[in-house]
Amino acid sequence: MKVEFELNGEAVAVQVEARISLADCLRDNLGKTGTHLGCEHGVCGACTVLVNGDAVRSCLMLAAQVDGEKVVTVEGLSGDDLSPLQASFRKHHALQCGFCTPGFITTAHALLTSEPDADEERVRDVLSGNLCRCTGYVPIVEAVLDARKFYAGAKENS
Amino acid sequence: MKPSAFEYKSPATLGEAVSLLAAGNGNAKLIAGGQSLMPMLAFRLAAPELLVDLKRIRDLDAITITEDGIALGAKVRWCDIAGDQRLATAHPLLAEAIRHVAHYQIRNRGTVGGSMAHADPSAEMPGIALTCDARLEIIGAGGRRVEEAADFFQGLLQTSLAPDEIITSVHLPAWPAARRWAFREFARRKGDFAMAGVALFYDLDERRCAANVHIGAIGVADRPVRLASAEAALNGKPVNENSIAAAVAAARAEIDPPSDIHAPAAYRRSLLGTLLERGLNQSIG
Repeated sequence: MKVEFELNGEAVAVQVEARISLADCLRDNLGKTGTHLGCEHGVCGACTVLVNGDAVRSCLMLAAQVDGEKVVTVEGLSGDDLSPLQASFRKHHALQCGFCTPGFITTAHALLTSEPDADEERVRDVLSGNLCRCTGYVPIVEAVLDARKFYAGAKENS
Repeated sequence: MKPSAFEYKSPATLGEAVSLLAAGNGNAKLIAGGQSLMPMLAFRLAAPELLVDLKRIRDLDAITITEDGIALGAKVRWCDIAGDQRLATAHPLLAEAIRHVAHYQIRNRGTVGGSMAHADPSAEMPGIALTCDARLEIIGAGGRRVEEAADFFQGLLQTSLAPDEIITSVHLPAWPAARRWAFREFARRKGDFAMAGVALFYDLDERRCAANVHIGAIGVADRPVRLASAEAALNGKPVNENSIAAAVAAARAEIDPPSDIHAPAAYRRSLLGTLLERGLNQSIG
């Protein structure tokens, strides 16, 4: 079936089987391999993308379900340089192997965009849906908390 | 971890959706948020021939609050409930319970109707619906009907829904401002399915005794259950150390929880009593 949606600001159209998940469509049909697939059943959070601004698990959506919607992957969150959130991850050593990182970045971006004043408890609650087997989470939480200042300004200007 | 092949339709009206389900002859399934169904498909625990998506159907996503109570449209998401400030007073038990549903990303997609239809015995929404005497509005090929939550849940992932039926809304009776309540659940990691949980409320009569006691439990049977003996132990009594101890003993005696890889039955029985004790102590205020 044909599915048309907006991906990282550009209109795309793909031909997929109905059973294809959004995650597989992004990776295999559209070449956006920044979206990582860990568990494929909604447990690890690595495949998190934004649909109409909400952080969702792309393995728990069908590609068909984003017809007409706006999808943003980790590729859509930065230009040629690192985004402030990505730079904060680097500064705080919030990744080691990096497999889980796209899911953390998309999730934290969605959170800080709507709640730039999120406190540590809220950040930990939101990030509890993403698994990381390297860092022990502490530097990830620090990176997200440190990045809040960039989003606070962005929200005031919008 | 790939679903088997199926057809996909996203009709624009409830009537079309019902017709598609009816024509599917038991081999069609509804999808909305998909947060329970997609894992079932990935594991091939479900292998429908047709998925009917509610995505384009309007008017199922409202939270309506009147003096009769609260109506939750079937497509209301957990994040919609969390973001509705009115519910903090209009139904604090619902608002608190929904804070425990899964994780951030799932709360952005999972729906009230989907959770009710999936009928996981550990899930919060079915537990709240049962505890609060909710009514479900259902549409099918035979027309519309209303079902009490107590009759709706029929076993592990089993409900009274016919293959051609769709939940359109869930109604919770009005919540008096002075009502006492608590919600407690325990999971090893935040956001996981609860090993056990308890939802409770009661009103205080003119003698400051508990009346209209409702106690529901999740994770301790093949469906959400009301704890009739524990309710009887509190009804008409002042809520104090003695009546709480009696209710906890009654609750532990009346449940017959399952053993599984997460916890043996004895642990769940003990846990439920502890959660009930803490909840009742919290409800005294």
